[in-house]
Amino acid sequence: MSSIADMTINPRDAERYEEKDFGFWLYLMSDAVIFACLFATYLVMVGNTAGGPTPKDVFSLDRAAAETALLLLSSTTFGVAAVALSAGERSKVLLWLAITFLLGASFIFLEFGEFRGLIAEGAGPERSGFLSAFFTLVGTHGLHVSVGLVWILVMIGQVFFKGLTAPVASRLMRLGLFWHFLDIIWVVIFSVVYLPGLV
Amino acid sequence: MEIKSGLQIERTIKPYLIGLALAVILTAIPFGLVAAGSLPRQTTLIIIAGFAVVQILVHLTFFLHIDFRTTPRENLVALAFAVVLIFIMVGGSLWIMFDLYRRMMV
Repeated sequence: MSSIADMTINPRDAERYEEKDFGFWLYLMSDAVIFACLFATYLVMVGNTAGGPTPKDVFSLDRAAAETALLLLSSTTFGVAAVALSAGERSKVLLWLAITFLLGASFIFLEFGEFRGLIAEGAGPERSGFLSAFFTLVGTHGLHVSVGLVWILVMIGQVFFKGLTAPVASRLMRLGLFWHFLDIIWVVIFSVVYLPGLV
Repeated sequence: MEIKSGLQIERTIKPYLIGLALAVILTAIPFGLVAAGSLPRQTTLIIIAGFAVVQILVHLTFFLHIDFRTTPRENLVALAFAVVLIFIMVGGSLWIMFDLYRRMMV
């Protein structure tokens, strides 16, 4: 089922996959522009605390470090899945996709806890311009990661039921681009939001 | 396997491990600086920004496998265009807004 022969594809299909990869790359670039606008908004708003909590009051260095570690590890484990894909090892692909999913889900769990805690202590998005911009920026990233998690589940299903066929492999490669891209956005988030807020 | 994809398929684990090692170092140093809080604020901010730029390049190279040899030219052009747009929008917004703040202070 998952033999290497399954993945040989004719030149016309190869061209189609190349077009899809390029289209997805264009989407990622436009997504980067959206995030850039949210970062600009955050930087303009970060001083506008309206007498409410400042970044120092609401950010936790430990939590930010844990979230960073989880996302970085999940990027690496996705890489392991991609290597297993190129070797045509289906069970390994499934295993490492599952590990990637667990790491990503733990990240979302931590972020959800952070948001819930902030809202519970009256530091929700409606409190000040700073908190509105913070929730919008970090929440948009969290939403992307959540969509990525659903996509990972879908791909686990496809690898399980369809095997490592050429279309499935092509989709997995694009999922990889998406997942690594989100890790880059997170690098900017901890460098622009969490670390400067706690300096 | 002959998947000819627009983007390179990685066959060995090596680039991911190099990327992970570099990313861990590039993350640990700014986090450590903030935790220690021993350097002046301005210096710490500059170091954080510098490490972030380097780490983005590390992720692009070792996780997304962007390079000037194998990545299709149109992907590189799109990336360069996005970078220019981001610089104009973020730089321009900050310039205008903080100039406005300063003028309103008077």
